[in-house]
Amino acid sequence: MRTIVKLAGALALAVGLSVPAVAQDKLKIGFIYVGPVGDHGWTHQHDVGRRAIETAFPGRVETTFVASVTTADSDRAIEQLARTGHKLIFTTSFGYMEPTLKVAARFPDVKFEHATGYKRAANVATYSIRFHEGRYIQGVIAGKMTKSNVIGYVGAFPIPEVVAGINSFMLGAQSVNPNVKIKIVYANAWFDPGKEGDAAKALLAQGVDVITQHTDSPAPLQQAEAAGKFAFGQASDMTRFAPKAQLSANQNVWGPYYVERVRAVLDGKWQSQDVWGGLASGMLRMAPYANMPDDVKKLAVDTEEAIKTGKLDPFKCPIFDQDGKEVKCEGGAKLADSQVLGMNFYVKGIDDKLPK
Amino acid sequence: MSLTEAILLTVVAAATPLLIAALGELVVERAGVLNLGLEGMMAVGASCGFAAASLSGSTVVGVVAAIFAGMALSAVFAFLTLGLAANQVASGLALTILGLGLSGLVGEAFVGTRLDPVGRIEVPGLTDLPVVGKLLFGHDPFVYIALLLTIGTAWFLKRTHHGLVLRSIGENHVSAHALGLKVLRTRLLAVLFGGACAGLAGAYLSLAYTPFWSPGMTAGRGWIALALVVFASWMPWRALGGALVFGGATVLQLHAQAASIGLPSQALSALPYIATIVALVLMSLGRGRSSAVPGSLGMPFVPDR
Repeated sequence: MRTIVKLAGALALAVGLSVPAVAQDKLKIGFIYVGPVGDHGWTHQHDVGRRAIETAFPGRVETTFVASVTTADSDRAIEQLARTGHKLIFTTSFGYMEPTLKVAARFPDVKFEHATGYKRAANVATYSIRFHEGRYIQGVIAGKMTKSNVIGYVGAFPIPEVVAGINSFMLGAQSVNPNVKIKIVYANAWFDPGKEGDAAKALLAQGVDVITQHTDSPAPLQQAEAAGKFAFGQASDMTRFAPKAQLSANQNVWGPYYVERVRAVLDGKWQSQDVWGGLASGMLRMAPYANMPDDVKKLAVDTEEAIKTGKLDPFKCPIFDQDGKEVKCEGGAKLADSQVLGMNFYVKGIDDKLPK
Repeated sequence: MSLTEAILLTVVAAATPLLIAALGELVVERAGVLNLGLEGMMAVGASCGFAAASLSGSTVVGVVAAIFAGMALSAVFAFLTLGLAANQVASGLALTILGLGLSGLVGEAFVGTRLDPVGRIEVPGLTDLPVVGKLLFGHDPFVYIALLLTIGTAWFLKRTHHGLVLRSIGENHVSAHALGLKVLRTRLLAVLFGGACAGLAGAYLSLAYTPFWSPGMTAGRGWIALALVVFASWMPWRALGGALVFGGATVLQLHAQAASIGLPSQALSALPYIATIVALVLMSLGRGRSSAVPGSLGMPFVPDR
């Protein structure tokens, strides 16, 4: 199914090809998306960033995107962009890591930017957002808002990025509510509204009264709204889908970063680097805190401020794993970035087993 | 609401789109035509249904629009495979690609908008009955339509003259033609019915199940419905049971996770397909006695003089 939308994208590319290159000096920029632009979440936010580039450099750039590209198809899609004169290519999903590196090796004069990965090359930079900072704030809110003391978490896959989010969320919740429990359901999909909604229903049936999600559609949020419970949006502000249920949402803000990187290419100053920005850098923003009492709201704002100024880190040590064993602290007073990026354990207080 | 009730309600909701789409395809295949374009027709139904319901403010208008959209797309398929006797497999796959693309085009203006979900039909007094109340009288209208469709399809195929005609055409179109039966006309009507059902199943997704539109929201349910037809060995009542099994497999593993029961969720996600393969094996083992596969399935028919 995804291939098909991809085919449509490839077709659009082919059409782009047939247009004679009127302006040779225009910088051509390509994007590879994992979902449809209309997913309301992850891919939507990247596309907002792409449009920010067009606004920032009118007449000087040309952007193309290929949507719904599966990992298996990605190296062909990336190579296609590289072959058609795109000099800067953003690959916006973790799964594109190896394909990006593979294509990059064949096109040394093209610059690549891979989101959420950890492998770089001379012409491959990486960038990501400290999503877990927002998750911590969500945890604080959820810990305060829950009456049943059971919070639900809809995850996509048990990969480090999702696991780190769950842990950070749980640590935030525990910081205000020592009795809080968490139930985790993996949908085994990033985007399947029906299944995501069913996962939320399953959690609600188990007595959960606050849901957070790490999948891309607003379906879990809608289920919470229908059940009169609370939830958090994912990647973008989803208030319109659940005006009474959405407490807040992580908002991924890619635009400023994209604009900065395009400027670097235009100025000839682009270099491979690794950027992992959070609340302080503005790459992560929280959607308005809504549907909660003022004291909870204040707590959320204060927590956000503390993380921004560096006073608080979600993974401040000591951290204990499920067996109560203290996790080795490699980053001084907090876990090292590499420990967060490769996180493969649940923290103390989570009863579920991490699927391997 | 007890946990069991909650689980059963989710199973029914998950099974409904599969059942509606599969019943349509079942009739199509019983007439000897294989339409692999279910996923595309469902997607078009979902987007057109959502668009029409948003513009008119009426769910009924949305549902009707979805049904006609599904039929329109199936008419393209009918033109290719019945009119031009084109290869059904290739045409069906093309229909899926076309449908997914078209659905994105139609739905583009409606990305990010929402509708109120379709309400449940609740009968005062009966819905509040213990245990069975919510299970019998607490669903949205689509669930009851699916049930009526099952009864109707089973009755039509088994008990009516037209049903017999349709089945005999699907079994052997050359003999049926020789008997003077209208092969192409019957097949056209069957294909249109299949399209209508797929459109309706799509409308269920975007209007009731998850009331918003997003490209790719069918997420492979058309393919599961196709597998369901085979699993049901082309029998409407078995399709009902199969839809509950397929929907149940997906939903139960989610509930198992929520309850922290350590079941391998990936394996359970694959259960519908494994069940279909098992059903196919059982059917081919039993082929000596009688075959469930319509004899002319997938074969183009060109009437001779």
